[in-house]
Amino acid sequence: MKLPIYKSVLWGLPAVVILSLILYGCPSQQNLASNEEAAQKVYVAPGEYDEFYGFMSGGYSGQMSVYGIPSGRHIYTIPVFSQLATNGYGYNEETKAMLETSYGFVPWGDAHHPELSQTNGVPDGRYIFINENNTPRVAKIDLKSFQTTEILEIPNSGGNHASPFVTQNTEYISAATRFSVPMGEDGDKDVAIDSYEENFKGTLSFIKMQDDGSMKLDFQILVPGFDYDLSHAGKGPSHGWSFFTSYNSEEANTLLEVNASKNDKDFIAAVNWKKAAEYAAQGKGKIMPGEYVRNYIDKEDHIAKTERNSEVRVLDPRELEGMIYYLPTPKSPHGVDVSPDGELIIAGGKLSTVIPVHSFEKMTQAIENEEYEGEIDGIPVLKYDSILAGEVENPGLGPLHTEFDGQGNAYTTAFISSEVVKWSLDTFEVLDRIETYYSPGHLMIPGGDSQKPWGKYLVALNKITKDRYLPTGPELFHSAQLIDISGDKMKLLLDFPTEGEPHYAQGIAADIVMKDQVKFYKLEENNNPYAVKSEEETKVVRDGNEVHVYMTTIRTHFAPDNIEGIKVGDKVYFHLTNLEQDWDVPHGFTVKGANTSELLLMPGETRTMVWEPKRVGVTPFYCTDFCSALHQEMQGYIRVSPADSDVEIAYGTG
Amino acid sequence: MENTIKNIVGLLLVTMLILAGCGGGAEQGNTQSAQKASTSGGTEGLTAFEQKHGIGPVTEVITVDQIDMKKVKKGKELFKIKCSACHKIGERYIGPKLGDVFDDRTPTYVMNMILNPDGMVKEHPEAKKMLQEFLSPMPNQNLEREEARAIVEYLSSVQNDTAK
Repeated sequence: MKLPIYKSVLWGLPAVVILSLILYGCPSQQNLASNEEAAQKVYVAPGEYDEFYGFMSGGYSGQMSVYGIPSGRHIYTIPVFSQLATNGYGYNEETKAMLETSYGFVPWGDAHHPELSQTNGVPDGRYIFINENNTPRVAKIDLKSFQTTEILEIPNSGGNHASPFVTQNTEYISAATRFSVPMGEDGDKDVAIDSYEENFKGTLSFIKMQDDGSMKLDFQILVPGFDYDLSHAGKGPSHGWSFFTSYNSEEANTLLEVNASKNDKDFIAAVNWKKAAEYAAQGKGKIMPGEYVRNYIDKEDHIAKTERNSEVRVLDPRELEGMIYYLPTPKSPHGVDVSPDGELIIAGGKLSTVIPVHSFEKMTQAIENEEYEGEIDGIPVLKYDSILAGEVENPGLGPLHTEFDGQGNAYTTAFISSEVVKWSLDTFEVLDRIETYYSPGHLMIPGGDSQKPWGKYLVALNKITKDRYLPTGPELFHSAQLIDISGDKMKLLLDFPTEGEPHYAQGIAADIVMKDQVKFYKLEENNNPYAVKSEEETKVVRDGNEVHVYMTTIRTHFAPDNIEGIKVGDKVYFHLTNLEQDWDVPHGFTVKGANTSELLLMPGETRTMVWEPKRVGVTPFYCTDFCSALHQEMQGYIRVSPADSDVEIAYGTG
Repeated sequence: MENTIKNIVGLLLVTMLILAGCGGGAEQGNTQSAQKASTSGGTEGLTAFEQKHGIGPVTEVITVDQIDMKKVKKGKELFKIKCSACHKIGERYIGPKLGDVFDDRTPTYVMNMILNPDGMVKEHPEAKKMLQEFLSPMPNQNLEREEARAIVEYLSSVQNDTAK
């Protein structure tokens, strides 16, 4: 009989729901396209392809994730700076060397910014680059095979953050240090941390893309000891220049949160890389010590090799004029982005209340007229008012990064106010804004940092996920959000989770990348010295306590699949060649107790696993990738005898 | 009392309906790509040519007259790399022995089996029968047409050897 008491409350329930409907419209649908419209726009029917590839940085996973846009489907993960047990990258003998550094083998990296190679200022689908911040490196991924084929370490860098941004024909790839550090011989580097102002320096590195497709560290420019944050190269009229944001012009070495946020303005470094490249070609500057490696997949035998270097050419603006100018920019700027026409240089002043927009034309004029307000370590500082094209008012709190739609609009993320703000490159007026969930860092429009963006979709890469998906305990995947930018108003279409932390992303029309895909490796072109191209050539060879097993796979057996004569204490190299010659027929291989990952063999490929048997007995091995109806039959045995046994090597199949 | 509760529940339901309306009903009956199912074991749908010479890119009758030793050499090398993991000339292995393959098969059939194994085991009654017997489907080794032709030349040469 308590019900009457609640009766009025119960009557109130529908009333509240109806009232909120009237007041707020459909719940959770502010900024949303209608569900039906959104669903249609992101629906890619079974068997059909997405319109764009989206390449998302894997952040602290060290890898790069590949998504279909607009569906948001995660279609692949490219291993880059971290070992990937799934396919043996960085574990097997053929790829281990990719993760070699001047500090030795490093199994993990902090990946940051993917950047597609460009021709004539447009993504060309040949390569995608990505930087590693912690152990400074730049990787090149071949988009024919989606394999990491080269990794170049950057010396004299405290952390490779402002990287790897390409010039409009991929002549150069930039790499600037986030942390300034003391440089030179050991004696110069062992200094007190509070001698920062005196001893710490930064470097802006320029990697040359050579004719054979390999990367070469061409030169570094010595710069004051600020933190260098992000970069983009000029294009069109500004081709030949690169722009780098810097903060901590206070040169603080502790509690940067406070101490590096004091100055009203920091700087964008405008680098005339063509001029610098000329100086380097003339042998100017000096050769400084700097240990670094270059790892690459040898085109002949598909085995990763490491090349070691110990010095680098360094150009000093105090001695070489006209290479670099500082553009004063409020206030600890983060991103720097160049409009598709190459004229406007836009900074995300993360603590600023406006978005400052510099004019390239005004900048060159100011350089010509020497409109300087000072000089720092040989670098002229241009007058803010002489270079400014305008300021975007009310851009949201914490503006970070800007991309473009190719139709006269710019889109900037505002981290603190959790929104993307659309504004006009013509009037600098804010045209539209849309909330994101939550706190976007980078954003990506396919081709959105090039001369010809595909201005249809925008992906906001959010740093905070909270309640967007089913909860998975304390740790959550980051959330990305797909926004329709084809109309005047931005419309939220889709949420999808991303791996690691996607700092930046790149997108490209799918057909550009699809047309040159490698589907399998031709056996005839397999030059791995341990390859065997038919079962007839398979063998097991003992050499002291090293045993080399030359094995083949094909649906659905190994040859050989019975091996005897292995002893405890041996070091066994399994060299497996997948004899398949068809798309999507990998085989896997593992052996019980192996202290490494499996091997995953693409058709026509050879991969090697090292196994050191520890126990006497018969050890099974098997195919790990369900390859055919008789996959469960794809297995074998290895007899392991005591170290002092005299069992002879014997092997066979069938 | 019960009526009151019914009324409240009813109003709630109506409200929920309105809410659901906001969500926008999912589109019914999206076009589905019709998949052609090929389940029958018979020869229906196959032309007389296909029954005899297989289904695949080779649509004219290939004959082997004078053995061309250059082609045989090439075919033998290819056979070793692309076929010998499963086929032997003189005995059954993963797949059938091939020393007498032309007793039952035409050169065209063998070429189509090499060039279109997936289609053959799905659609050709003879190939289906072989799959039931041998269980391992023949992989597509992505040979060029003239490579398949060279293998046929090689198999013809060993067949002639066996015959002699």
